[in-house]
Amino acid sequence: MVNRILVGAHYGLKDWIIQRATAVVMAAYTIIFLVVLGAIGPNSFETWRGIFANGFMRFATFLFFVSVFYHAWIGVRDIWMDYVKPDGLRLLLMIATVTALVGYAGWAVQILWRV
Amino acid sequence: MAEMAIKKRRPKNLDLPTIRLPLPGILSILHRISGAAIFLLLPVLLWLFQSSLSSPETFATFREVVGHPLVRIVLLGLIWFYMHHFCAGIRYLLLDLHKGVDLESARRSSKVVFAVSIALTLIIGARVLW
Repeated sequence: MVNRILVGAHYGLKDWIIQRATAVVMAAYTIIFLVVLGAIGPNSFETWRGIFANGFMRFATFLFFVSVFYHAWIGVRDIWMDYVKPDGLRLLLMIATVTALVGYAGWAVQILWRV
Repeated sequence: MAEMAIKKRRPKNLDLPTIRLPLPGILSILHRISGAAIFLLLPVLLWLFQSSLSSPETFATFREVVGHPLVRIVLLGLIWFYMHHFCAGIRYLLLDLHKGVDLESARRSSKVVFAVSIALTLIIGARVLW
């Protein structure tokens, strides 16, 4: 006889780890960004643009955006799972969330690589 | 079977107005509210980011929008939300590592989160927005 509680397995472990890994990436970027902002003190279009024209900052900002969107997916999905009980509506909201976030990721790439 | 018995004996109080949320609880719900608000404002923030980087003309528009008193107040609130989410998140990472799990440390660290996030918001707001 299989005597197992289904919700007790590690089905959420991957997301749990990704939520924290992306949090660490975002925290590190936040500190780097604030330090760069403090050091450069951009007050014109050229100096502001210069920050993201730099190869490292563009790469770091891209990683930050990807982390934001993945982190947001896990957090917002948890909110839908906590408060939205009808399955159909919950599924619809989850699909809308993923769709928006994937679209934002494309948009962010476009912004960064046009600098 | 044992689980059923435990579940039945658990005291329940769902009379919300009589529940006084302790500070770590307020921190927790604000963590969720701030995350949800930032998610909802993502398209606006991406649009602002795009205008700030596209061309000198769109940069000027960006400065005009951000310079509006009402927008500044919203952005200050958003900076606080971000800083709260950031500081509370670091607290949660430490709790995951079993640091500061006892009641007294948890209450103290929630006070630190509020103090640090509000201080950072004021410093960043003063330097960036005004």
